[in-house]
Amino acid sequence: MNGNRERMPLIALRGASKVYRTGDVEVAALKGVDFTVEAGEFVAIMGSSGSGKSTMMNILGCLDRPTTGRYLLEGQDVSRLDRTELAVVRNRTLGFVFQSFNLLARTSALENVELPLLYAGVSARERRRRAREALERVGLGERLEHHPRQLSGGQQQRVAIARALVNRPRLLLADEPTGNLDSRTSVEVMVLFQELRREGITLVLVTHEPDIAGYAGRVVVMKDGRILSDQRQQPVPAVVPPLEEAVS
Amino acid sequence: MNLLETLRLAVSSLLRSKMRSFLTSLGIIIGVGAVIAMVAIGDGARANVQKVFDSMGTDLLIILPGSSNSGGARGGFGSQPSITWDDLEAIRTQVPSVRAAAPELRTSTQVFSEDQNWRTSVIGTTPDFFAVRAWSLAEGERFSEADVEVGAKVVVLGQTVVEKLYGAGFNPVGQVVRINKMPFTVVGVTARKGQSPMGTDNDDTLFVPATTFQRQVQAQSLGKYIPGALFVQADPTAGTARAWEDLTVLLRERHRLSEDEANDFDIRDLSEMANSRQQSTETLSLLLASIAAVSLVVGGIGIMNIMLVSVTERTREIGVRAAVGARPRDILAQFLIEALVLALLGGLVGAALGLGVARLLAARFQWPLLVRPDVIFLALGFSALVGVGFGLYPARKASRLDPIDALRYE
Ligand SMILES: Nc1ncnc2c1ncn2[C@@H]1O[C@H](COP(=O)(O)OP(=O)(O)OP(=O)(O)O)[C@@H](O)[C@H]1O
Ligand SMILES: [Mg+2]
Repeated sequence: MNGNRERMPLIALRGASKVYRTGDVEVAALKGVDFTVEAGEFVAIMGSSGSGKSTMMNILGCLDRPTTGRYLLEGQDVSRLDRTELAVVRNRTLGFVFQSFNLLARTSALENVELPLLYAGVSARERRRRAREALERVGLGERLEHHPRQLSGGQQQRVAIARALVNRPRLLLADEPTGNLDSRTSVEVMVLFQELRREGITLVLVTHEPDIAGYAGRVVVMKDGRILSDQRQQPVPAVVPPLEEAVS
Repeated sequence: MNLLETLRLAVSSLLRSKMRSFLTSLGIIIGVGAVIAMVAIGDGARANVQKVFDSMGTDLLIILPGSSNSGGARGGFGSQPSITWDDLEAIRTQVPSVRAAAPELRTSTQVFSEDQNWRTSVIGTTPDFFAVRAWSLAEGERFSEADVEVGAKVVVLGQTVVEKLYGAGFNPVGQVVRINKMPFTVVGVTARKGQSPMGTDNDDTLFVPATTFQRQVQAQSLGKYIPGALFVQADPTAGTARAWEDLTVLLRERHRLSEDEANDFDIRDLSEMANSRQQSTETLSLLLASIAAVSLVVGGIGIMNIMLVSVTERTREIGVRAAVGARPRDILAQFLIEALVLALLGGLVGAALGLGVARLLAARFQWPLLVRPDVIFLALGFSALVGVGFGLYPARKASRLDPIDALRYE
């Protein structure tokens, strides 16, 4: 049973399409996409604005459902699940990182990171311990009690990553995680992602920057709601440049 | 997520905007406060009425002689004497449903001490009167049957009369007062009673034996008829209604009234009067309490209003929570419990406020402070109900938000 599960792809979109209806206008944001990700892969999705990257990520993250087609996550057809079951999948199986961080304002970093554990029914003490661990992991061990507005953009994104990781998901989805960050902070985030990849977490990220895509082992390019190309590559190891260089 | 966690979440989110939370629950605070104060006021007023009527004497009936009919002009009850001293004796001895009975002959006159005088009402009666009308003695004792027998010139003074003639706190037993120029020896002083149900001063009176009253105060000879009313105390086990029947039968028989003749007397049941008074205060307090209850509902609408605003304002928060795994019912519980906490806290503060107001009013009107715990629990339960009832719609709205729409909300 377990072996069977290991052999099937972690993510499998089968003929997934998404149609947005605004008044009388229909926009087909995804047009019958087939997309497979094996466990342990690090995939970068690129493509021009409006090509359907976020639409696909939201479906992969169980935040949205395809209009037609199927989405198999760990072999389970999640496009048939109800709202409560989807919430449980979001909570247990995957972590999502947004371009705009989406942290709760006026809530400490620690409490933000505890959030998924709260809904997983983890005891208060264990929550605290694991949230602290996750924050230390992303290098924010000193900022536990800071509120989002007391943190820089890079720090906020790291809190968001800690939150996505805290419930130990198999899959980390990130929609333009470095979109609001400078290049140095972006690289720091990529160092973290490559570490996670080595630990066996599957990563899918959306980016506009070819540099960032270079850190992934596979690059998928989208255009007009379809996959244009899908190539494997040798990932560039992420190294944070020394501080003087960044300044010059 | 368990209840305690949800509760903590709700409280911390309410604490984040303290002023708004306070203003939101103000409606409930006022509603619950008003209900508790109103019920306490109603109860206090009722207890007060009860106290006043109890001071008149319990299980009380009053018999008034018949009406005169001279030249076609019919006088009211009491205008024609029809009850005889023998009737009184028969009532006292032959009716088992009667515990005691005494006449009340009444006039007003000037009384003199050595250096003061005062106009007051004089009651001529028998010793039973003190028991029937619930007069207890503060000093000395009441006059005796023998005093009535011989027409002794003895008097029992009310507190107000003592105050006016001798000053407060003086014990006048053994002193002589003059009524109609006759010297009367003071044998007792009644205990203070205060206001009568009609609002007059009960203690502004003095008591003399009925015989003395007729001979000395009114300077008349003793007749067959009683020139006044009779007070009758029913046996409490028989009740006033039963005594009323028995008295009517007895008096009709004694007055030899045929079937088609009307009563030549009038018997009134004072406990019934007390009951109807009681009922009108009860109706009033019920009315006040229901008006207050309406304000509770208005308070609930206030909560709903603010919760709806809050759900809209916090759409992104809801989206974030949903994105990290909050189930619809977690969101529902969060907002529902926020509304519940608002309502319950409002209820608690309101209860304290209502108690304070009730205490203040009780002190102001010298009512007994009566606070019924069942009313407090009812008011709190009702405010919880209001919180859940009016919080449900906003909470459902929140729980039905689509995570991706909520996250996109600006
Ligand atoms: N909620 C929505 N309602 C209607 N149309 C939408 C909605 N979300 C996206 N679209 C449309 O679907 C298409 C794909 O949008 P999507 O957000 O997936 O693009 P994207 O590749 O993420 O672009 P970007 O790089 O700018 O983020 C676009 O044409 C967009 O206008
Ligand atoms: Mg996008």
